[in-house]
Parts: sequence; structure tokens; C-alpha cells
Amino acid sequence: MTDTLRDFHPAQPPGLATRILSSSARVWHKLADEPLGMIGFAILALLVLVAIFAPLIAPFDPARQMLSNALQPPSFAHFAGTDEFGRDIFSRLIYGTRITIQTVLSVSVIVGPIGLIIGVVAGFFGGRTDAILMRATDIVLSFPSLILALAFAAALGAGLGTAIIAISLTAWPPIARLARAEALVVRNADYVAAARLYGASPLRILFLYIAPMCIPSVIVRLTLNMAGIILTAASLGFLGLGAQPPLPEWGAMIASGRKFMLDYWWVAVMPGIAILLTSLAFNIAGDTLRDLLDPRHARS
Amino acid sequence: MIRVENLDVTFGEKQQRNHVVRGVSFEVARGETLGIVGESGCGKSTVLRSLAGLEGTWTGSISFNGKPVGKNRSREELKLAQMVFQDPYGSLHPRHRIGRALAEPVRSMGQGDGWSKVAEALLQVGLPAEFVDRFPHELSGGQRQRVAIARALILSPPILLLDEPTSALDVSIQAEVLNLLADKREELGLTCVLVSHDLAVIGHMCDRILVMNDGMFVDELTRDEMRLGITHADYSRELIEASFI
Repeated sequence: MTDTLRDFHPAQPPGLATRILSSSARVWHKLADEPLGMIGFAILALLVLVAIFAPLIAPFDPARQMLSNALQPPSFAHFAGTDEFGRDIFSRLIYGTRITIQTVLSVSVIVGPIGLIIGVVAGFFGGRTDAILMRATDIVLSFPSLILALAFAAALGAGLGTAIIAISLTAWPPIARLARAEALVVRNADYVAAARLYGASPLRILFLYIAPMCIPSVIVRLTLNMAGIILTAASLGFLGLGAQPPLPEWGAMIASGRKFMLDYWWVAVMPGIAILLTSLAFNIAGDTLRDLLDPRHARS
Repeated sequence: MIRVENLDVTFGEKQQRNHVVRGVSFEVARGETLGIVGESGCGKSTVLRSLAGLEGTWTGSISFNGKPVGKNRSREELKLAQMVFQDPYGSLHPRHRIGRALAEPVRSMGQGDGWSKVAEALLQVGLPAEFVDRFPHELSGGQRQRVAIARALILSPPILLLDEPTSALDVSIQAEVLNLLADKREELGLTCVLVSHDLAVIGHMCDRILVMNDGMFVDELTRDEMRLGITHADYSRELIEASFI
């Protein structure tokens, strides 16, 4: 027995790189079976690339006005036509992806951790902590999110940053509730009981045992929320409380195109299509992620 | 080694009040294995969970090694008794690799990062050390239960609490796991308390058997008495007869 032990190399904790590699390889294999999901992720990847390389792709400067060229229909020179100031709509859409992606990512990065921590703490500690946190969540949840975002945007002054904060303030409660529900299930698991027996502190249990079990469903929920975030951001832009001109925000572009909608349809329809495709892609991607990450929704 | 006096456990309040364990007392000598047997819901698992420190509502007194332990245990007190759970599918964290699952007790106790003990712990329970990189879902039920046993033993506790350690396993695996437990008990001089409804398991493992019904001990049998079917109470006679039909 001792001889075999001596030959033996002590076990090493696996490196971060190998862990990330092996789990992404696993997800990739599963993703290959989901053609629709692949399309969703492909559109999202394309959007991110477009946002990164916008100056290289866009044929025109998005803010360059050419009044002699105003309200031109789609053509080979202007793929999506021009708006009332003669700006190239296609280039504006391309630059608009930057604003959209920025909004979506900022909101998700703010909302995800906040919702996760509030939910997991409420679910794990229970009792009075749970009651206080969940009543606060209920209060925020009872506001219609667009109206609350409107109020915040109006109070803090219009702008992209305010829109992001305003949307974040209304988007965390569903995440917190979801995380709490998961935490309630997980805290009674035997592996948590075992962890208490070997002396793991409550914080260790919370962050190393319970939170990791809640993260997949939070990610899925966030991805599905992204479509809603895009629409809320576009609505705020449409109402003039989001990104300010001349920033090419899609909602604001629809708002300005509304005035000429009947005669010059492309001014409003082109950004509309962009919003539609992007939200659709986020929804499909979210659905696929749920199939991949959440075994309870596994397809037969 | 273990002394329990007037252990009383109640769940719920008012109308939903449920008196699960009614003033039980027993002792377990060092190196002895005590079996607690009874039908589902008789309170045997609750007794074990109270011993482990997982229940917070008991009254009475529990002492390990002569020292009384409370409801909230210190790390030193926790190190005295570790538990193996019934369901090996639920007792290992699904997102922790085996190596991590085994290193966690050492890390939680603040005794270093624990990786130096992992390979030896796996060998001790007859598993290859390559398993450190596997996830629990890549192991069979019996292998998982071996990992759970290794995890319970990694802090070298003098007392091992076993909550139906084989009832979630295949019959062919049960004997393997029981033999492993018996070997470890001999090798490390463990004091064990085994809870089960399976009289064959109890008879194989235990020196002394307490029969529990409705929150109280109704009978105490030695291993030989149980083999011969000698009982001192009606309930235990029915229980033994029913299980050997």
C-alpha cells in the first residue's frame, strides 16, 4: 500500500485554462445539435463584430449630413437609404449596434450580480433577511418598468448613461426572485449539509456552493431579458429620453423617421428591422442556452 | 464515546407540532458499531442528524468523548463526527470535481489547500487517483458513495455517522460499500452509528442494535440475538419476521 502511495504524484488543482477549455468544448458539442440556436448565436456574434469594426465596415460617416441627398430610397450607394439630413442609414445602423451592445452589456453586468446576490442571500439566510429583501424586490417589481425608467431618465436628465441606470434599476427583481427560488432548493441539498458538517462558513457555502448552482439559470434569464432591454432602450430613445442626437440610437432613429413614415418608409423601417432581428437573436440564443445549461428543460 | 441523554426533537409549532424523537438515551462505546433500525418516519434519521449537528431544535444532551456538544458546533467539535449520506447523487456538489470535493473539508477547516491529501484519500477507498478531474455525474453510484466516504474520512474523525449508506445503491454494489466501511472501521478504529431499515445491512455491520418505533427505542438486541431471531418486544418481533419473509 505504501509503495503504491509513494509512486503516486499528488493531485493538482486543475488550471483555469484547462477548465475553461474543457467546459467550452462540451458546450460547443451540445450547441452543434441545435441549428436554430446556432443561427441565434451567429447573429449575435456578427453584431459584436460589426460593433467592434464599425469604422471599417460603415461606408459613410454616420453623422455626415448631405442635405442634397436627403431621404433617398435604398440603392446601391445607400443600402438602407438616407434620412432627412441626408445621413446614410446603413452606416448609422452599423454604429447603432455599438450603442445597443453597450446598453445591453452594461445593464446585464449591473443587473446580473445584483440580482444574483440579493436572491441568493434572501434564499439562503431566510427569515427576516428574506422578508426584507423580497418585499423590496416586490415593491420595485410592482412598478411598470418602462414608466419607472421614464421617471428616472426624466429626473436624472436624458442620455445613454441615464437610460442604462434607469433600465438596470427596474431589471434586477426578476433575477433576484429566480436566484432566490434556486437557492431555496439548493440550500436543503445534502452537499450543503455535508459542507456545514465539515465546517464551511456560511459565506463559503453561499458563494462556493449555492451561487454556482444559481448562475446558469440567471445567465439564461439575463439572455432572455436582453431582448426586453433592447426594446426598453429603444423605447426610451424613441421618447427622446435615451441616447441624444446625433448618436445613431435605433429607437431614436425610428422616432425621427416616424414623421415621414408614409412617404419615406425606409427611414423608420430599417432601424425597426435591426431591433427586431437583434431581439429575436437574443431570444433564440437565450432559449438555446436554457436547453444547454438547465437539465430540467432537456429535450427528449 | 457517544453518550446521548433524553434527546427530544420536535418540528413545527401549535397544530403542526410533530414530536419526532421522544426522549431517547443511549451510549456507544469506543470502536463499537451501533445500529438503529425502524420503519420510515420513526425518527431514526433525525436522531442521527441531531448527533451530527444538522438539527437545531433538539433538547437533552449529547456528548462526544466525554465532552458535551451543543447545537452550534465549533470546528473542533465538528471534526469529531462526520456523516455519510443516503443519496450519493445528492451529497456531492454537481459542479465540483472529485478532487475539489475531497479538498473542500480540509480547506473549510483552514488546514491548507488540501490537495496533498486528495490522491491518498481516493486510494484509501479503492478508487484510482485519476478521478480527481472527474465530475460526480461521470461516476457510478457506488463510486460516488466511495467518494462520499473518503470525504467523511479525510478529516480523520473518530466517529462516523452512516445514514442508510447503501439503500440508494444497486444490490451488487451494496456489499462492496459495506465491506469498505467495515475495513475502514477496523483500520481506523472508528466508532459508528448506522441507521437503516434494512435488517440484513444492520446485521452485517453492527455489534448492537436499537429498534426504534414512533420516536422511542422499543428494544435492544445484540448481533447474535438478531441472527437467532430473539426479541424482547412485540414490535421488534414483527419487524424481524416481516423482513425475513
